[in-house]
Amino acid sequence: MKISQNIAISENGFLFNPATGDSFSTNDTGKEIVRLLQEGKNQAQILDAMEGLFATDRASLEKDLADFLYMLGNYRILDANTAQSR
Amino acid sequence: MSKRTYERPYLRKLNAGLGNKFGTRHSQLPVTEIDGVPVASIMEEYGSPCFVLSEQTIRQTYRNAVRAFGTRYPKVQMAWSYKTNYLNAVCRIFHEEGSWAEVVSIFEYRKALGNGVPGNQIIFNGPDKSADDLRFAVQNGSLIHMDHLDELYQLSEILATEDLKARVALRINMDTGVYPLWDRFGFNYENGSAWTAVTKVMAQPRMQLVGLHCHIGTYMLSAQAYAVAANKLCDLALEIRNQYQHRIEYLDLGGGFASGNTLKGSYLQGSDVIPTMDDYAEAISGAILQHPFGMSGELPTLFLESGRALIDDAGYLLGTVLALKRLGDGRRATIMDFGVNLLFTSFWYEHRISPAQDYSSHHEDMVLYGPLCMNIDVVRENVSLPLLQKGDRVVVHRVGAYNMTQWMQFIQMRPNVVLIDTRGQVHLIRRKEDVQTLNSQELTPAYLEANKGS
Amino acid sequence: MVLTPNASGRIPCTVAVSGLNNVDSPGPGMPVIRSLRQSQRYDFRIVGLSYDSLEPGLYMHDLVDKSYQVPLPSAGTGALMERLRYLQSVEKIDVLIPNFDAELHNFIRLAPALESELGIRTFLPSLQEFDARHKAVLHEYGQMHGVKVPVSSTVFTINEFHRALEVSVYPLVVKGKYYDAQIAHSADEALSAFYKISAKWGLPVLVQQYVRGTEVNVTALGDGAGQCIGAVPMRKLYITDKGKAWAGVSIEDPELMRLSAELVASARWRGPCELEYMRTEEGEYYLMEMNPRFPAWVYLAVGCGQNHPEALVDLALGQKPQAMNDYEVGKMFIRYSQDLVVPMQEFEKISTLGEL
Repeated sequence: MKISQNIAISENGFLFNPATGDSFSTNDTGKEIVRLLQEGKNQAQILDAMEGLFATDRASLEKDLADFLYMLGNYRILDANTAQSR
Repeated sequence: MSKRTYERPYLRKLNAGLGNKFGTRHSQLPVTEIDGVPVASIMEEYGSPCFVLSEQTIRQTYRNAVRAFGTRYPKVQMAWSYKTNYLNAVCRIFHEEGSWAEVVSIFEYRKALGNGVPGNQIIFNGPDKSADDLRFAVQNGSLIHMDHLDELYQLSEILATEDLKARVALRINMDTGVYPLWDRFGFNYENGSAWTAVTKVMAQPRMQLVGLHCHIGTYMLSAQAYAVAANKLCDLALEIRNQYQHRIEYLDLGGGFASGNTLKGSYLQGSDVIPTMDDYAEAISGAILQHPFGMSGELPTLFLESGRALIDDAGYLLGTVLALKRLGDGRRATIMDFGVNLLFTSFWYEHRISPAQDYSSHHEDMVLYGPLCMNIDVVRENVSLPLLQKGDRVVVHRVGAYNMTQWMQFIQMRPNVVLIDTRGQVHLIRRKEDVQTLNSQELTPAYLEANKGS
Repeated sequence: MVLTPNASGRIPCTVAVSGLNNVDSPGPGMPVIRSLRQSQRYDFRIVGLSYDSLEPGLYMHDLVDKSYQVPLPSAGTGALMERLRYLQSVEKIDVLIPNFDAELHNFIRLAPALESELGIRTFLPSLQEFDARHKAVLHEYGQMHGVKVPVSSTVFTINEFHRALEVSVYPLVVKGKYYDAQIAHSADEALSAFYKISAKWGLPVLVQQYVRGTEVNVTALGDGAGQCIGAVPMRKLYITDKGKAWAGVSIEDPELMRLSAELVASARWRGPCELEYMRTEEGEYYLMEMNPRFPAWVYLAVGCGQNHPEALVDLALGQKPQAMNDYEVGKMFIRYSQDLVVPMQEFEKISTLGEL
């Protein structure tokens, strides 16, 4: 699971993909996940990290993370071939 | 270090032409209380979903309508449209405020009697009145609004056989410049059938023609159409006076006044485009007062049967998010525990829906589904809401009209309905249904009963 | 309201303007702003109101001092008012000039609250006047104010359409609810147009008398008390594939000016309007449409010697501007487009913060 090179994300949650020219808006949780992806974490590691950060249950995190990663893959922010891998 | 509040991750592509989120928080501000009562406490006690009615809003809305008409016209009488919401508690509030009853079936008629409305303060409308219904209503001295000639002949026969007299009115339909023209109810003005009906009633010694009635449509966005309707009814009343030296006691302009809900396909918000009660009152009163009825004692009384505009705002539906999913085309879908079974009006309204708890400024577009295992169960085809999660509560606004009468018992049972009184006390006014409620109406033939459990 | 001149002798005044979509079918916002910038009497601060992050005016910092996103008209007056409350907590807007057809309804409704609660002045027609000049009722409006308008009827069903044809003279025009118009020379053609247009735009459709002639337009300003403060007529020289003027010229046409001034006076029109006429070969004028706002070519009027947006600010502030009777004939406008190059950060700012 690899995040595309050069993805830029601002404090405001503005995400720009230089490869496609698309721009996006995301929230704090989304920013956190992108940051963890940029650190090279895999899905399980991200989940662990998130559980430490946020006050919620693991089931919600797991479900929401999968959905978010799906969206990232869909928008070609995650490398499409690796988006589904564990 | 304490953990951060969680909001599910969200990603929105910034496209041109999608508008923006700035300033749109208004519609998504959480609604945590209704008349000072916490939404959460109502749902904890009465379950989810749950209908809530505000007595304070009902009375305020009613008094505003009475003021709007009463300050412009000397003789006004409201008649509560039972079909809009015939929960007894609701009806009794309107009757307490001085409203008569307007009913369209013997079932509603009996409800009105049960709510203590005297027979001579019940207007009996609609195309379906059986011989027994008519006899009963005439004996009670009610006002019979006739819809078709068959009814007229039937009533004539009953009056002759039983040696009774009836106070009757004719329902008139007409072109008021709006579409669609409701020509299926009553007698048409333009093609002369209204006048034919007048002559037939006037020839009946046992019928006293006391009123003329029209109901030009529903959710009328033009107050001017009511002026056209009032003009035509006045012309008819004056023509009757000239030809028969007979005075029409009242003109019933019906209802159809719009509520603040937004119709599907409307670009602007309903509350921004609908006429106010004062606009309707000005159009109707202005038109009647222009006609030469003579001294104020000879002015006909103005009857109004407004339903929707008087009760819609007072009704709320509380519900809960059952699940979230992503559809095949990438759209977000949210499944609620209420659907078209309870919100019949979602077929034509884009109901405003508010979260009942705090959110960040982020929001997303979604389809809102109900709980039914049926494809038609869509509450909103596209709505922008904050990042809801399973178990979150929402409040649907302006559901007081028609939903608590047109709701269906389909797949799910109908839920509790509560009333918040003017002092903030919550009262259960209709108990939720359960399997017993339904089974109590069913009969199993004995031969099938015998096989039970085998 | 009296504003005090600053050191340069000009009166400082903040005006909020919408319609910054200076694209190939341009909104009037930027031309209005350019007109205001020509003022010798005012020193304007311009606050742009935008609906979309890609409206070009957002990025024209020499013309627009600061911009804010505002909610779409469909979000309702509540959302708009809330946003304007925020804006006014940061800015000190004296006058607001809305320029979009779709937003006018809401601004007209909010006008009293904008003034009483936020001190923001507007100069708009009443809702009644606004509705009276609507496409579907323009004929009655024309009759009331002595202007010819092609006879038309609104039809909701095929039966009504047949009835309308019975009393019509060919050729006639079948018009869609929002867009589209087809000329029909026979009942067959009309029927086919009815089906095509109603399939595309829904019902109702308009059946209208066909008027052959030359299109001439007037941009005008009424003071709401029966006086026409200014008017300039223009004939389109070149029209884009979207039907918008790409070039036009101010013309001399006393009869057109008389008609327009009388209409504005008789209707006691309050605010700006664009009058679209058809001049027939016989020299008759038919009013085809009346837009309740400045046209996108309003800057031509400034070039001809009449600054309507500046006069509108006068009116909004409660001053009575001098009526402008003269204008230069034979002035042309030619529209052009050019590319602005902007850093991504500006787009980010307006997209995520709603301000630029």
